[in-house]
Amino acid sequence: MRERIVLHLGELPLHGMGMQSTTWWGTLAFMLIEGTGFALAIAVYLYLMSLATTWPINAPPPDLLPGTLVTLILLVSLVPNILISRWAAQQDLRKVRIALVFMSIFGITPLIVRIFEFPALRISWDTNAYGSAIWLLLGLHTTHIITDLADTLVLAALMFTSHGQNRRRFGDVQDNAMYWNFVVVAWLPIYGCIYWLARL
Amino acid sequence: SNWQSALDVHGTSAISLKHLILLIVAVCSLVWMLVMVGLIWALWHRREGRPTPPQAGRERHMTIAVTGAVIVTVVIIGTFTVISFFATRGLSVAGQDDLTIRVRGLQWWWGLEYIGPDPALRFETANEIHIPVGRNVRLKLEGLDVIHSFWVPSLAGKQDLIPGRSNELVIRAEKAGVYRGQCAEYCGMQHAHMALLVIAESQENFDRWANAERNAAAQPVEEEAAAGMQTFLTKPCAACHTIRGTIAAGTTGPDLTHVGSRRTIAAGLFETTRGSLAAWIADPQTIKPGNNMPMVPLTPDELRAVSAYMASLK
Amino acid sequence: MNSPAKASKTRDIDIQGTRLTEALTETWKTPPGIWGALTTVDHKIIGRRYIFTAFIFLALGGVLAALMRIQLAQPEARLLGADRYNQIFTMHGANMMFLFAVPVMEAVAVYLVPLMVGTRNIAFPRLNAFSYWIYLAGGALLWIAFALDMGPDVGWFAYVPLSGPQYAAGKRADIWAQMITFTEVSALAVAVEMVVTIFKQRAPGMTLDRIPVFVWAMLVTSFLIIMAMPAIMVASTSLILDRLVGTHFFNPAEGGDVLLWQHLFWFFGHPEVYIIFLPAAGMVSTMMEPFARRPAFGYLGLVMALIATGILAFGLWVHHMFVTGLPRLGESFFTASSMAIAIPAGVQIFCWLATLWDGKPVFKTPLLFIIGFFVTFVIGGLTGVMVASVPFDTQVHDTYFVVAHFHYVLVGGAVFPLLGAIHYWFPKLTGRMMSETLGQWSFWLIITGFNATFFPMHILGLEGMPRRIYTYQPDLPWHALNLFASLSSIVLTAGFLLYFINVIRSARAGEVASDNPWDAPTLEWATTSPPPSYNFAMIPVVTSLHPLWDSRDALLVADGLRTDRRELVVTSLNTAEPQAREASPRNSIWPLLTAIATSIMLIWSIFTPWAVVWGSIPIAVALIGWFWPKGTPEDEA
Ligand code: HEA
Ligand code: HEA
Ligand code: HEC
Ligand code: CUA
Ligand SMILES: [Cu+2]
Repeated sequence: MRERIVLHLGELPLHGMGMQSTTWWGTLAFMLIEGTGFALAIAVYLYLMSLATTWPINAPPPDLLPGTLVTLILLVSLVPNILISRWAAQQDLRKVRIALVFMSIFGITPLIVRIFEFPALRISWDTNAYGSAIWLLLGLHTTHIITDLADTLVLAALMFTSHGQNRRRFGDVQDNAMYWNFVVVAWLPIYGCIYWLARL
Repeated sequence: SNWQSALDVHGTSAISLKHLILLIVAVCSLVWMLVMVGLIWALWHRREGRPTPPQAGRERHMTIAVTGAVIVTVVIIGTFTVISFFATRGLSVAGQDDLTIRVRGLQWWWGLEYIGPDPALRFETANEIHIPVGRNVRLKLEGLDVIHSFWVPSLAGKQDLIPGRSNELVIRAEKAGVYRGQCAEYCGMQHAHMALLVIAESQENFDRWANAERNAAAQPVEEEAAAGMQTFLTKPCAACHTIRGTIAAGTTGPDLTHVGSRRTIAAGLFETTRGSLAAWIADPQTIKPGNNMPMVPLTPDELRAVSAYMASLK
Repeated sequence: MNSPAKASKTRDIDIQGTRLTEALTETWKTPPGIWGALTTVDHKIIGRRYIFTAFIFLALGGVLAALMRIQLAQPEARLLGADRYNQIFTMHGANMMFLFAVPVMEAVAVYLVPLMVGTRNIAFPRLNAFSYWIYLAGGALLWIAFALDMGPDVGWFAYVPLSGPQYAAGKRADIWAQMITFTEVSALAVAVEMVVTIFKQRAPGMTLDRIPVFVWAMLVTSFLIIMAMPAIMVASTSLILDRLVGTHFFNPAEGGDVLLWQHLFWFFGHPEVYIIFLPAAGMVSTMMEPFARRPAFGYLGLVMALIATGILAFGLWVHHMFVTGLPRLGESFFTASSMAIAIPAGVQIFCWLATLWDGKPVFKTPLLFIIGFFVTFVIGGLTGVMVASVPFDTQVHDTYFVVAHFHYVLVGGAVFPLLGAIHYWFPKLTGRMMSETLGQWSFWLIITGFNATFFPMHILGLEGMPRRIYTYQPDLPWHALNLFASLSSIVLTAGFLLYFINVIRSARAGEVASDNPWDAPTLEWATTSPPPSYNFAMIPVVTSLHPLWDSRDALLVADGLRTDRRELVVTSLNTAEPQAREASPRNSIWPLLTAIATSIMLIWSIFTPWAVVWGSIPIAVALIGWFWPKGTPEDEA
């Protein structure tokens, strides 16, 4: 078919940031998938709770300390996380590098505390359905911290190489920060279920 | 004969369900035919010559037609929803039923317990339910291993037997007869062979039957049957089966106290005869592969004796 | 491999004609040979591969169906034993749903959607390659297990406790659950690619109201996948945990619940059937235009119907559980919502009829399949409305009536449009036309064979025949109809066989196709048949819903893209204004390596939970290899 040129695109940037970028939308779509997964896991918890005559089943409610500590760490981590996103938007490589180191630490600390959170549940996954449900919730969330931490570590390494000074990579940093926000926000209802619903 | 059919109905629920089914099917058939008429017309009436671009007038006619058809659709499904709702309400006739039966679904047979206000009148049986005609019978449905589904289509719609939950179904036969039912939820290897019979009979016959069932097993009179009883009690049989009046009190398999009086064995697999009993006991795994009764090695004499004993348990 | 021409930043404005296409070919091509095949990220190659594989699974599933029909032709037949039959119907259902029907629709979309929206590759092409490999691995897992007598035997929806640790010994149920994981991962990946391709890579000017209906259907379908598939992931994961490490999600003795499984499964399972049906409906809308010779009537209505079905799809799941003893009032709600689906379905049917009425139908094979779709799907939809009524369903649930319902909607509603679609897009896929004579023959065999096979099943169900029984006794009155159905399935099989023969023959020696053999209005027909690796030498610019009809003299295009870098245009979400000249990744072996690592981890984890720990390490390594920048022009920003 003959072609008639009606539009010139030569002036467009080589990469769009934020909502212009395909990876941003991809990240959002994956967040939607995982958010649905979290919502369903919580629904499983609530469903089993609605059937049980007593809740928790044959167990004391979980110990509050480690879980609350994790919550606090996660909430505090939002501050550097928002900053890193801003610096990435400004393409400030030096600040982004430093912040990535911080974010790596903010990924590792909740994981360390979480090691103590599992015993603090005061029930095993194979004791009864209540135990299974809270281990599922906690396990699911832990895998998200681990994957985002791995992502952050690789990204930190990458930004310290010559590949760092690149709009595309700054976009990756922004997407990673957005995902971390999601990991933190998704924790809050889970925290509420595991620790506070069991105390009602 | 159509003794297991939602179209040949003799139970109160099944009769009203059949009316509902026929009504909905009739309306839907009409809808289908109208759509087909529309299709044929649309394909038939093509104008000659080159296709013309859409014209405002024709587009408006089409909009009106489509909207009208959608409105008709809404009316029809609205009606269906309402009549379904009332039909369901009409079915749940709990009433003052004095006959209650616990129905337990197991892989792959039905355990039955007739319960009532008087514990002395309770009794157990298997795979064959007797009910008096014209009376509501309440079935308490329990799944003991996996999910099964109780379905005697000529009498009523189905209801699942679910482990950890208890369901109920009320049935009432309008006419005496033998109705066949079959487990309707896939429950493993022998799901195909998990049938049961419902025998609806007059109140007198039912009472006579119930009284006989309540009794312990008759002592065998013939010599062969007596020998069979001995074999039964000494072999592993007694560990799985109950025969009231003997020491056999197992619960893994069906209650055999009156097995000889039941029309079929092994959940509808065979008619009960001495021969079929012998065949079953000799090799249950070939006849109904995977079922939970093992082959118990017996000499030919023992086998003959045991089946004679089984057949004598009227 | 690819030789990135770093120094020269050539533009399409600077060069013309064959030099332009040569430069684009150099940048976008898939090298010949096995290495090229393993590393390619070209959506057309992957899409074709995907379609081909899905049809292999259709044939395999069809062979199982034939075995079942032979077994059921006679009472107490001895061809198949109980154990074998149970594996076969489970395999048939699981294979048809998870390895054929859902993937084939996505496969067609992987091929077509980038062409239809006028871009050069799908979004996240490497993820696309990965998704195909994972799908292949999942299919292989299921069929190899079946060959080793380890095929699942718990039914395609694997109800607990039958599939739980107590009653399903061995690994058969785990194979089922893990096959689910494979296919869900691949389906979710494709869904994300679809959403982003449709949101961000549409040709400049393709505003929301200029998107072809098939593309709309895929957008809605992708959202259904995104919202529904997590439910089955949660379900199958919980099942594996119950079986492997002793959790009690479904164990009533320890506070678990049997019906929880059914809720989770059908919260996915119902949307699943629209994941299969909506793309087919989109195909019908799109094919309708060239064969009715006019634009589809009621574009807005058609799109709204797709969206409405997508939303309602999440409010119906309980209609699969009407006899589990849930509260009656609640069940009535699900009767109402299920019946409400008849409204958007009706809107589509009526709009299509109007299109045909006002158009000038061309009776080629694709239109015949559409007519077959009307005749059959409406029956299936109406039986759907019947079973949506709670009291009605108490009689027919789990009987052959339901088997008839879902084959009418699945085969009549989805497979018929699909067969028409393959016939229709075959010239684009292969550059050759399918034979019209064989096409018409196969159509008549399939439609008669199908209806004669499945219509009697309605009656069988009402006459009390439950589904999933490996045999029945001669004293039941089911023999004649079963025999009739089985004999008719020979006609059906012959039709499918003829269709396959037509495909193979035409692919080899069919008439060579022009760019736009059907005079169709959508963008995929603006490029050559088959399209070049870069799809369009210049990105099309769209000014209407039917670009090829409304501007017949020339294709409107945009210039300014580089030829030394895989470049495509990113546009804004609703108005499709150009925003960036985005890079599209080059070929890579890493998706395959990641898929291999993932498959090892998933299969190993059937045997020990530690596989998740150790198996994740190679996956992480492969992912780093995947994402680490390689210094190609595509990294520029
Ligand atoms: C492509 C797949 C597909 C499609 C499109 C549908 C469409 C529908 N299905 Fe079906 N269904 C399945 C696949 C599908 N189904 C499968 C696989 C199962 C069984 C799973 C299993 O147990 O193994 C199943 C089972 C199933 C059940 C459970 C039955 C049971 O187990 O007892 C129910 C109950 O409500 C149901 C309802 C419906 C309804 C209301 C529609 C509606 O969407 C239909 C709407 C369409 C129309 C109504 C026709 C067109 C409309 C008109 C011409 C307008 C005029 C209409 C009227 C006036 C009514 N389906
Ligand atoms: C899209 C989905 C789909 C499709 C296309 C089909 C197609 C067919 N199905 Fe299937 N079916 C299901 C989905 C599907 N089915 C599901 C979900 C179940 C429920 C399972 C369960 O209960 O768990 C089911 C169950 C089911 C049953 C009930 C089993 C039972 O409950 O015991 C039966 C019985 O007749 C049946 C028959 C058929 C037949 C005859 C076809 C025919 O249409 C098949 C026609 C196709 C062919 C015959 C292939 C032809 C090709 C060749 C012969 C190839 C030659 C080879 C090469 C060229 C390589 N199906
Ligand atoms: C391990 C347990 C077990 C043992 C031992 C056992 N049975 Fe059974 N029996 C069963 C089960 C379970 C069934 C139901 C099988 C079915 O229908 O699926 C059954 C069914 C039967 C039936 C048919 C009952 C009916 O109402 O349909 C008879 C008769 C019978 N057994 C007799 C015997 C005899 C005689 C022996 C000893 C030689 C024996 N059984 C040993 C478990 C056992
Ligand atoms: Cu019990 Cu099927
Ligand atoms: Cu459904």
